[in-house]
Amino acid sequence: MLRDITLGQYYQTESVIHRLDPRVKLAGTLLFIISLFFFRNFIGYLVAALFLAIVIKLSHVPFRFMVRGMKAIVFLLLITVAFNLFLTPGEALISFWKLTITKEGLEMALTMAVRLTLLIIGSSVMTLTTTPNNLTDGMEKGMRPLKVFHVPVHEVAMMMSIALRFIPILLEETDKIMKAQIARGADFESGNLIHRAKALIPLLVPLFISAFRRANDLAMAMEARCYRGGEGRTKMKPLVYQRRDGLAYLCILFYLVTGIGLGRLAL
Amino acid sequence: MRKNRNIMGIIKTKDLTFEYIRRDEDGNVEGITTAVDKVNLDIKQGDFIAILGHNGSGKSTLAKHMNAILNPTEGTVWVDGMDTSDESLTWNIRQTAGMVFQNPDNQIIGQVVEEDVGFGPENMGVPTKEIWERVEESLKAVGMYEYRKYSPNKLSGGQKQRVSIAGVLAMHPKCIVLDEPTAMLDPSGRKEVIRAVRALNDVEGVTVILITHYMEEIIHANRVFVMDEGKIAMEGTPREIFSQVERLKELRLDVPQVTLLAYELKKRGVKLPDGILTIKELADALTDLKCNTDTVKLSNL
Amino acid sequence: MSIILDHVNYIYGLDTPLAVKALDDVCLQIPDGQFIGIIGHTGSGKSTLVQHLNGLMKATSGSIYFNGADIYDEGYNMKELRSKVGLVFQYPEHQLFEIDVFSDVCFGPKNLGLDKKETELRAFDALKKVGLPDELFYQSPFELSGGQKRRVAIAGVLAMKPEVLILDEPTAGLDPKGRDEILHQIKKLQTETGMTIILVSHSMEDVAEYVDRIIVMNKGRVMFDDVPREVFRHYRELEDVGLAAPQVTYILHELQSRGLHVDVNATTIEEAVETITGALAEAGTVRYR
Repeated sequence: MLRDITLGQYYQTESVIHRLDPRVKLAGTLLFIISLFFFRNFIGYLVAALFLAIVIKLSHVPFRFMVRGMKAIVFLLLITVAFNLFLTPGEALISFWKLTITKEGLEMALTMAVRLTLLIIGSSVMTLTTTPNNLTDGMEKGMRPLKVFHVPVHEVAMMMSIALRFIPILLEETDKIMKAQIARGADFESGNLIHRAKALIPLLVPLFISAFRRANDLAMAMEARCYRGGEGRTKMKPLVYQRRDGLAYLCILFYLVTGIGLGRLAL
Repeated sequence: MRKNRNIMGIIKTKDLTFEYIRRDEDGNVEGITTAVDKVNLDIKQGDFIAILGHNGSGKSTLAKHMNAILNPTEGTVWVDGMDTSDESLTWNIRQTAGMVFQNPDNQIIGQVVEEDVGFGPENMGVPTKEIWERVEESLKAVGMYEYRKYSPNKLSGGQKQRVSIAGVLAMHPKCIVLDEPTAMLDPSGRKEVIRAVRALNDVEGVTVILITHYMEEIIHANRVFVMDEGKIAMEGTPREIFSQVERLKELRLDVPQVTLLAYELKKRGVKLPDGILTIKELADALTDLKCNTDTVKLSNL
Repeated sequence: MSIILDHVNYIYGLDTPLAVKALDDVCLQIPDGQFIGIIGHTGSGKSTLVQHLNGLMKATSGSIYFNGADIYDEGYNMKELRSKVGLVFQYPEHQLFEIDVFSDVCFGPKNLGLDKKETELRAFDALKKVGLPDELFYQSPFELSGGQKRRVAIAGVLAMKPEVLILDEPTAGLDPKGRDEILHQIKKLQTETGMTIILVSHSMEDVAEYVDRIIVMNKGRVMFDDVPREVFRHYRELEDVGLAAPQVTYILHELQSRGLHVDVNATTIEEAVETITGALAEAGTVRYR
């Protein structure tokens, strides 16, 4: 059923990584991704892979769930690799038909593949171990300094969390309206592009009307419960750094130093 | 009732009128609709009030005045002595009179049951520790405590409405207005919600204003108002209201089958009291009649 | 001719640990011209069942025959099936999208590939059948009242001239008068056209006086399938599965247990009045005036 789709594919289990403050995980993921672009040799990637492997082990999330995230972008990955493989100029290794594989190309392709794989698995670890609302909480608090620049941090976080709550409801509604229009003989599957786009009108109009009605209702319900923006609000589940979060930051720092240190050695 | 009674009732309206302007596609004024028309109410703390009316009778518009979502065009509404048109009091008013709406999906904000219940107290600036206490007691009051870690999407309609009630309850209101909370539920969901609402009134002493068009739900109210065309068309105890079957039909409402049956039997000459509300009452009345004849028969022997 | 369901099963989330049997070995025969009520609480499988009848959902196993043809045969014209078995969803007004009522009702017949004249003729006819006042035909559907919108949505399906009309909770959210009006209109439609009508509901009381046959669904199975009075006989079992017989049934049983000789099989108020006055007269209480 559509309502069973969980966004961000959180994996429910008990682990140190799950318990970490979302801010640690956000910062850690960000730093991990950035670090991937600093490496100049394969030792760096090895350190990164090792670090990631330890985190995955600690998270108690089965490895196949990490790989599942890869499936969606396998195609993208292949294209990137192919482009790098064939289009990088340099010392020719093999050439057939009109294509030439160069030494530089091969290196580049391999680097890109490893980089992307680590990047995606790395961010999956975060989404798999953090509930979406924990994540929005983390963003809200983590981005608080941006308030100085008049970035509406609380509002953005609230919007994200409402969107997360309503996505399954709207998906289900889409399914229902679609079925209702099919029952009236609508055809969403055949015809050319223009025809298909036109066929979407009977789906989109009711869907928008419904979304607006829900938004209106929700705004009223929120006001009725005294919602008036972020000012003066307390938190039921405030984010407070624990000792383990400090330790985690240390681990990340340690990784950065060793990873980048080793990764930038000229071999 | 332990609560201190105000001399003025918890909700009082004086000549409450609400009009809105209808416009055509070009924005020209087409006409003015009077949704609520000179309504006077005085609701006492601790009451269980039911407001009945067909769709479009103005009952929901009236309800939205009770926590300052709408402001009267004319007349005044006081919630616990506070004038709702005074904007500086809006948030106090909304804390005093909480509101539960019709659509269970469109009023739950949190992605986890307990977080949703905590939403109101968070907005009010209640300290974290107390939020947890309030969430726990509110969820227990509606019998949803064991679902506190659930996603609202996994709950039934009746359960979602109970969560919404808990969400209001956690704000510690004196009064709770329920705007057709059962209209989108199935019969078992309706029962669940009404049971929770009755418990609030009996156990917690919260004033309840229940807006509905299901007649079975108003049997337990102290007082019933029936609305039509924005006006209060009938007022009384459930029994008084139900004894006027014809009048209710005129107002696009019906009565429970048992009341209707009693009414039809009376029309056929069976001597029954007015406004029978439950199966037991009808059965008692009919067996009384039968017993009387039995005794008559016996004495004739 | 008819719809026949032969050992139909439907499983949600097949091959996942969360698999749920939504339909469990359902066998039914739906002959022409019947007025049927399908009753069950939320999650009993009643909505899943009706979506199988017009091919919107495909059974995990089992067969469905419409007018003798297996609808799961290769090359079976599903589009035609959907026009012959019209399905009006719950809160059907949420599917309205056109700028005026009339164009919205034209959507169905237009999809069938009918010419403009025939399409408009059917739309007009359908709107007449649901009893919508003429002056509303060219209004925006979004400006109508709840009950009127619902009529328009029903007309949208009727305009396809189905042989079978299925309505999923057609009275949800309407007030008592609105509910009675819609049900009367549907009954009228059935007597006038002789169309097969299937009414899905969770309220016994609402359908009892209209339908010829009640199918009670519980946990994906057909629990009872009979004329209303026979089904209500099982009022205690119905209660066990979260359903209730009409109040009349309870009253009559209560009176019977107190020694009044009433016919407990009466299902409507009129029948109940007759049997109670009869029983009282027998006991010597009531003298007719």
